[in-house]
Amino acid sequence: MTKAGSVPTNSSQISPPLWLLAELTYACPLQCPYCSNPVEYNAIKQELDTDAWLRVLREARALGATQLGLSGGEPLVRQDLEIIIQEARELGYYTNLITSGVGMDAERVASFKKAGLDHIQVSFQASSAELNDLIAGTRAFEHKKAMARAVKSNGYPMVLCFVLHRDNIGQIDQVLELATELQADYVELATTQYYGWAWVNRDRLLPTIEQLQHAEQTVNQFRADYSGKMKLYYVVPDYYENRPKACMNGWGNIFLTVAPDGTALPCHAARQLPDLSFPNVREHSVEDIWYRSESFNHFRGFEWMKEPCRSCPEKEKDFGGCRCQAYMLTGDPANADPVCDKSPHHELITQAIENARAEEAAGNTKPLLFRNPKSAKKLLATE
Amino acid sequence: MTTPLTGGVAISPGYRLQWEPVQNAHVLLFPEGMIKLGASAAEILLMCDGERDADAIIAALQAKFPGADLAADVREFLEVAHDKGWISTD
Repeated sequence: MTKAGSVPTNSSQISPPLWLLAELTYACPLQCPYCSNPVEYNAIKQELDTDAWLRVLREARALGATQLGLSGGEPLVRQDLEIIIQEARELGYYTNLITSGVGMDAERVASFKKAGLDHIQVSFQASSAELNDLIAGTRAFEHKKAMARAVKSNGYPMVLCFVLHRDNIGQIDQVLELATELQADYVELATTQYYGWAWVNRDRLLPTIEQLQHAEQTVNQFRADYSGKMKLYYVVPDYYENRPKACMNGWGNIFLTVAPDGTALPCHAARQLPDLSFPNVREHSVEDIWYRSESFNHFRGFEWMKEPCRSCPEKEKDFGGCRCQAYMLTGDPANADPVCDKSPHHELITQAIENARAEEAAGNTKPLLFRNPKSAKKLLATE
Repeated sequence: MTTPLTGGVAISPGYRLQWEPVQNAHVLLFPEGMIKLGASAAEILLMCDGERDADAIIAALQAKFPGADLAADVREFLEVAHDKGWISTD
């Protein structure tokens, strides 16, 4: 494990947690097969109560956290969401609600506004009711459109997020049409990242290179044609890059996730990493967790790195990529993220891309595993 | 492309300017993002109260910091901030 002196132990060398992601619940009325929640989400019970969340908010804010993401699962499931928002706003957070819109009505949007919520991001599964509701595993499309409009009529910018994958990326033109029709201010086109349920379904979700090229051309064409105010963010999947993403801008560097059960994590997927025991906010202060816990210090700095990262001139730029991706693909979280073409495991990525192409050519015969208790049971039984 | 800055200048809706003691700086907050501001950028943005127009902002800063000719720098910053969407005019 961590060798003495190999990590910064002096808290003045560690930067403050500027971003707090509060995963308020894993409960969600949708069943998206690309969900980043852990596969065993329904076995993680005992959600933090209101008082515990308010304490977490106060402690993280005192350390310097400014951005607060309220996420899940579906955060609207929490009946105390307004109380949490109000406290967060009074503490000086910039509060972001990341929601599917399912469980919201115009009245609740207004009550969030009153509580001081700064920003709402509504996610869509696709541009048509049919595909949206198929992917979501529930009928939600028309309601989402109504909620996107309610967000805007309450004076918020309309921020829409579309998660792209093999089954909907071909309809990117219609996605952009829908965003235009709704008069979106910001549109995030985020290709699925392969964590949690998305990892299980990766070979069915990963777009082919042809699909990506088509999507990129369409986005560029739209940008050229459309002179409106809409800001468009298009995130290319890291599998098609040859250098890894600077995941979380570095482990324990700016980003702190608190999971529904109070487990504190350097990113929302880190719970799966082996040999690390992540502290719980019920037992430790956020300050202790951030500055002094072994797990948060574990991948700080560069001493933990193996080759080719250790001697790589780019290590300060990308921190060797994502620890979770390194673990899921190679079995060792200290390896280079195989997305990097300097990684000796890079073929695992090219292989996955090849599999995606084969699966698409074969007509996508593999079933998608929807995020629900039944699939979870099946998955855990086969592990 | 610069847009003419006319009328009262305010921090744009959805943006928030605030002092962060831990960073010892003013920051500009917006959906899922933050910009740490240098001292002079913060001084200018603090003057954007929705009432003052660009000339009044320059005059107020000139009164607060006499001795230097700030007009050109302030106007340039306001134009950049306006293009970035940080500030808007009524």
